[in-house]
Amino acid sequence: MISSTLSVSLAVLRRVMIQTIKNPAIIIPSLAFPLVFLVAFAGGLSIVADVPGFSFKGGYTAFQFVFVFTQTAAFGGIFTGYRIAEDYESGFARRLLIAAPHSAGILLGFVLAGLARFFLTGLILWGIALVAGMNVLGSPLEILAMWLLAANVSIASTLWVAGLAFRFQSVDIGSFMQMPVFILLFLAPVYVPLALLTGWLKLAATYNPVTAILAANRGFISGEESKALLAFGLAVGLAALMALWAVRQFHRAHRSVA
Amino acid sequence: MARDNGIEVEGIVRLFGGGIRAVDGVDLSVAPGEIYGFLGPNGAGKSTMVLMLVTLLPPTEGRATVAGFDVAKQGPQVRTVIGAALQEAALDSFLTGNEHMDLQGGLHGLSRNERRTRGAELLERVGLSDAAGRKVGGYSGGMKRRLDLALALLHRPSVLFLDEPTTGLDPQSRSALWAEVERLSREDGVTVFLTTQYLEEADVLADRVGIIDHGKLVAEGTPTELKAGIGQVSLEATPVNPNDRERLAATLARFGEPAAASPKSVAVRLAAGAAQLADVVRALDADSIEVADLQLHQPSLDDVFLQQTGRSLEGEEVDKEPAS
Amino acid sequence: MSSTSQLALIARRSVSRTFRQPVLVVPVIAFPLILLAVNAAGLSSVTELPGFPTKSYINFAIVVCFVQGALFAAISAGTELASDIQTGFTDRLALTPAKRWVVLAGATAGGASIAVFGSVIYLVVGLIFGVEIDTGVVGALVLLALAIYTAIAFAGIGAWLAVATGSPQAVQGMFPLLFVLLFLSTMSLPLDFIQKEWFATIVEWNPLTYLIDGMRGLVIGGWDASTLLPAIAVATGIMVITFTGASRSLRKRVQRT
Ligand SMILES: Nc1ncnc2c1ncn2[C@@H]1O[C@H](COP(=O)(O)OP(=O)(O)OP(=O)(O)O)[C@@H](O)[C@H]1O
Ligand SMILES: [Mg+2]
Repeated sequence: MISSTLSVSLAVLRRVMIQTIKNPAIIIPSLAFPLVFLVAFAGGLSIVADVPGFSFKGGYTAFQFVFVFTQTAAFGGIFTGYRIAEDYESGFARRLLIAAPHSAGILLGFVLAGLARFFLTGLILWGIALVAGMNVLGSPLEILAMWLLAANVSIASTLWVAGLAFRFQSVDIGSFMQMPVFILLFLAPVYVPLALLTGWLKLAATYNPVTAILAANRGFISGEESKALLAFGLAVGLAALMALWAVRQFHRAHRSVA
Repeated sequence: MARDNGIEVEGIVRLFGGGIRAVDGVDLSVAPGEIYGFLGPNGAGKSTMVLMLVTLLPPTEGRATVAGFDVAKQGPQVRTVIGAALQEAALDSFLTGNEHMDLQGGLHGLSRNERRTRGAELLERVGLSDAAGRKVGGYSGGMKRRLDLALALLHRPSVLFLDEPTTGLDPQSRSALWAEVERLSREDGVTVFLTTQYLEEADVLADRVGIIDHGKLVAEGTPTELKAGIGQVSLEATPVNPNDRERLAATLARFGEPAAASPKSVAVRLAAGAAQLADVVRALDADSIEVADLQLHQPSLDDVFLQQTGRSLEGEEVDKEPAS
Repeated sequence: MSSTSQLALIARRSVSRTFRQPVLVVPVIAFPLILLAVNAAGLSSVTELPGFPTKSYINFAIVVCFVQGALFAAISAGTELASDIQTGFTDRLALTPAKRWVVLAGATAGGASIAVFGSVIYLVVGLIFGVEIDTGVVGALVLLALAIYTAIAFAGIGAWLAVATGSPQAVQGMFPLLFVLLFLSTMSLPLDFIQKEWFATIVEWNPLTYLIDGMRGLVIGGWDASTLLPAIAVATGIMVITFTGASRSLRKRVQRT
């Protein structure tokens, strides 16, 4: 069972990777959006760091980089999950299900594919930011923690979209896949730290798990103290919740085979 | 009706990128009020021919007139006298049947009242009155084809182009459409140019048939003329005992050349025609071969196609199950 | 039948099919308002920077909705036209006496109409949430007119893409690019608050900057020809270029004789 799950997931991973290698343009959207945000936020909004009360050791580029990096993780997952919906439309999903009637293998395969994609786009993003002169004050261990935390975001978003794909089996709901993730990402301290937010956004951000993840990663990149444990707890919890959701939707959709 | 609503085509050629000669020097003429069947396999050039005749695609060479108007130079005049239902019934799935009628009627210059009455009348004629208020997205393939036909007739064209109008229709809808096309030609004098991949359709419906393959017209005439050109009737026999097949073949060989048959049976072209049937039966009796099935086949348009191109138009259907 | 009544028929069809597809309408309303809400709250502290032109960030940001709505209009108009080309619906229209440009302009009406609908909603929602327009009621109407004019111009971008590529996917694939343009403009901050010179240069070259600044001038600042006229000029330029390009390409795509 375990070995068959693994071989199914590796087959799914291989397939997504081959698709990506054969058509590298596939990763452009998941890279382009974060890049635009990086340029527009880090480049265009640098004056925000002059707002009274704003203090961040790493500088505004690093401050924004963390947001964009987290976003890349989320988008890598979304675009990978989107493939599942495409597979349903093309009928490929049926073949996959007949060959591999267990949800675990298929889901794991897509999660791995999402992580691979995130790893690739994340590396490119790091490269660009470093070339552009971003300040990194955190230790290598802290940077590793940053990757791990973001990886959880990628896993959660892949599973979220996978669940939607199982449920609707159509790519028409593309914007419903992105919208909630987008909103969750932006109802967080994107431009300024939580302390400088006011009104309803402050309220929303206070309860948004993304806030803790961003705060921890901003701590990591600038070598400052942060509530890392809380962030990891939330991120792993979110991923687990999404796993539950995806598996449920899978079984709902394939009662007969699963 | 227009004085002369025929079609004249002289040496028409259409090239596509990559040196594809989709239509490669076709001459034909369709008399006013005639139903002309343009028969050919996939990729033969049927749709390309239609697109040129309806002015949506300029010919590379050659000349064609529709109702006396040159398709290359008098596009607007041609379009006022023709109606067309192209291969892909391009309909808007978010609009209703009525809304389609209204839009197309309006663009053809029909008044609001005319649009309403003529639209209702045509929808009635193609059996879509009940569905007229529903969005086309919910129509079946056959309903879409019928709506497309109704739209093509909206402005009372005197020449009608139908590109594979019955592909995907069930037998009932197909014969209903045939009946309507017949009526248009016989009663209203509409000239009909229709393409098809179906032998039966060309045979039953068309006054005259042109067979096209690889962009070239390979045969033309009335279905009867074309089949007469092939001449001989063929006889197909199926032995009761499959082991008798060899012996059966030997016996039948005395009556004519072998012909294509299904795997279980044997066929020959009767050298002296259907009159030989009695002799064949006697010979089989004498050789004590029991047959389960004995059929005479008239030459079909497929035989014509086979003779001209060396291929069968209805590839799979050559292996008909013998009726027992 | 006159071209105007043909245009009206084709436009009516385009508008009705557009509004029968919630997926085309809902994002146009929702996305700009969400972005506005998030930015107005997230960036409200920048109004404390010395010299910021207004004390309420929503006043500053409201006009971004109009431009974003127009971008959506461009994409919907383009996608709709491209799918008409793909399905052969434009061939159907080409077989009627309607002129080429009538078919083209009519097909973009749906996209443009979403933008009109959206613009009215942005304005109303903005007013409810405390937007104050310095130029008053007349200014609000001029703002709306400018937004609609911009939307029509942008619909030309969609139409050109549609006719040139003939593929709805290709048109939609261009959306990120247009979206990028929005973020590389004075969307979030005035030009003189952009510190990085390279970014300021991009912003200055970005035509959207002038559209945003022109509309923004009506909300904060008052009547000012020096921001309003460039906006009108940019929209007109886009309109002329794109519709000319589109009708050229259409001649190649629909080779009607
Ligand atoms: N726009 C085009 N560009 C390039 N080649 C084309 C184009 N349209 C048709 N062809 C080619 O011309 C040939 C004839 O095509 P056409 O569509 O006329 O065939 P058809 O007889 O209508 O076939 P079918 O029965 O499949 O509809 C084919 O080889 C096709 O690939
Ligand atoms: Mg065809």
